[in-house]
Amino acid sequence: MTNTDWPLWEVFVRSRRGLSHTHAGSLHAPDAEFALRNARDLYTRRGEGVSIWVVPSSAVTASSPDEKDPFFEPSADKPYRHPTFYEIPEGVQHL
Amino acid sequence: MATATAPRTADDEAYQRTFDAAVAADERIEPRDWMPDAYRATLVRQIAQHAHSEIIGMQPEANWITRAPSLRRKAILMAKVQDEAGHGLYLYSAAETLGVGRDELLDKLHSGRQKYSSIFNYPTLTWADVGAIGWLVDGAAITNQVPLCRCSYGPYARAMVRVCKEESFHQRQGYELLLALSRGTPGQHAMAQDAVDRWWWPSLMMFGPPDDESAHSAQSTAWKIKRHSNDELRQRFVDICVPQAKSLGLTLPDPDLRWNEERGHHDFGPIDWTEFKEVIKGNGPCNEERITQRRRAHDEGAWVREAAAAHAAKHSGTAAAHTGGRTEKEVGQA
Amino acid sequence: MTATVPVTAALALGDDALVLSHRLGEWMGHAPVLEEEVALANIALDLLGQARVLLSMAGDEDELAYLREERAFSNLQLVEQPNGDFAHTIARQLYFSTYQHLLYAELAAGDGPFAALAAKAVKETAYHRDHAEQWTLRLGDGTDLSHQRMRTACTALWRFTGEMFQPVEGLGTDLGALRTGWLEAVGAVLRRAGLPVPEGAQSGAWTAGAGRQGLHTEPFGRMLAEMQHLHRSHPGASW
Repeated sequence: MTNTDWPLWEVFVRSRRGLSHTHAGSLHAPDAEFALRNARDLYTRRGEGVSIWVVPSSAVTASSPDEKDPFFEPSADKPYRHPTFYEIPEGVQHL
Repeated sequence: MATATAPRTADDEAYQRTFDAAVAADERIEPRDWMPDAYRATLVRQIAQHAHSEIIGMQPEANWITRAPSLRRKAILMAKVQDEAGHGLYLYSAAETLGVGRDELLDKLHSGRQKYSSIFNYPTLTWADVGAIGWLVDGAAITNQVPLCRCSYGPYARAMVRVCKEESFHQRQGYELLLALSRGTPGQHAMAQDAVDRWWWPSLMMFGPPDDESAHSAQSTAWKIKRHSNDELRQRFVDICVPQAKSLGLTLPDPDLRWNEERGHHDFGPIDWTEFKEVIKGNGPCNEERITQRRRAHDEGAWVREAAAAHAAKHSGTAAAHTGGRTEKEVGQA
Repeated sequence: MTATVPVTAALALGDDALVLSHRLGEWMGHAPVLEEEVALANIALDLLGQARVLLSMAGDEDELAYLREERAFSNLQLVEQPNGDFAHTIARQLYFSTYQHLLYAELAAGDGPFAALAAKAVKETAYHRDHAEQWTLRLGDGTDLSHQRMRTACTALWRFTGEMFQPVEGLGTDLGALRTGWLEAVGAVLRRAGLPVPEGAQSGAWTAGAGRQGLHTEPFGRMLAEMQHLHRSHPGASW
């Protein structure tokens, strides 16, 4: 099958001049141009922003895990992908 | 759940203790934090179901966009259905932070392996149903969702803050719509009453089964995913709606509904859980239609998504070189 | 605004916006991808906003939208064409939003009765045009299937593009003069997308005129029946 799973992008919005861009969320888009346009439609449709950055989620490098802090457990090598181990067999309930 | 059977190590125990302490201290859990597998699975299930509900929920209302009886109502309804698509997107994003892709979730929706709110399996038969959905269904949803803004999982809580902020107009527009009908011609008034009669009980079912039968409640409450019990929220909703119905000049279809001075709440009649279970099982009036339309839109759109992906693949070299991996745009909105 | 509103022109532009908004609204719940639900709705809402301003210049917006007969609508036949597949919708968007953008840029630069509306609409339509261009590029230069579909759609709708340049009474701008700029702009996008510029005639064989004169295509009657039914079923009611 052709790949129809558009990559994930992280969206950063500057809500008004004088403030820095803040992470607003993510979305899917085939390329950067569409990611920007989709971000404009989705995250600023009530006029919440004056400027948008989009970054491929795969290009985000997260801070390195600190062994002393289990809350930085390096369970995934990519920040927004985790092994899909919750593929739940059919018929299994109350999971 | 391959990892669930793996022997727990001393590290796991330490992680678990840190997790428990964070939840107890009302701190937020973030995507890269260690979390119990069951917590992750519960969140994926709940957020996905929530996201699916938003996009399936577009259908009953979109059913009336092309027939909205005034241009003002048409604009409001389009904006509302658009918001629902947006809310679906926020929620799928939140689910994706848990390591599961949107395609996978949609696939589970399309194949019936994940659910959406049963309320959307009821049909919108008249224009007044748009009002009843806004007032009752969105009202129930908001009652459920406001506590989720404080849910222990950060991305979910943040998505809910955004959703709740945007949703404040949804309920009001529904109420206003019904008010116009109730105060309108006898035909319009009857249309409004009929819609409320049909949507009242299904709305009460939106809070889920009674507390003593709720499968996931105890654990979800311990994890602070859930903040109030089903029955508690349902009671809150009934108490809110009774005076609102009075102001509307409409009645609620429950002969047992009355104020209980002692409890300080309204008593209400028994809910038909048989119907609830049947609708969940797939025997509601529109289960088949909703999923069929969703699947059709997805399948018929496949060539469009493929085209955009193919175009991106052809031009990826130049685009990346151009932007250095980051793309920026000033929003030229008036 | 001058004392006399150019009603014919307000209705022509208002009907274009109203009818296309309605068609785009039909996509809701059916779009190829969720992000596109949001994008198409944005465009539909912009157009509906324009329609309400324009129709209100000519009279009561709801009376005009819901109580006129088909022959009294003066929208272009292009905008009433059914959505078809996504390629048809994008081809219709490309043709119309390019036209609308050029037109509103012209009106915004003047000081006529439409200048205020045009100042806002020119920004909106710039975005609609960009949306259509981006999709034309991707469908035209995507897969073989998407190329074929986009090509078919561009050709099918080409014969509805000529009437855009008919004069409209009271508009205060020479629509015929927009044709060159429109052909250049649309031609450039199609070429970038690897699509041929359609060669056929830009208008059908109506001797009596076309949409601007109240002559419409078959699908429009059904569209109006759906749009007006509820409003007409409750005469005099408020909503």
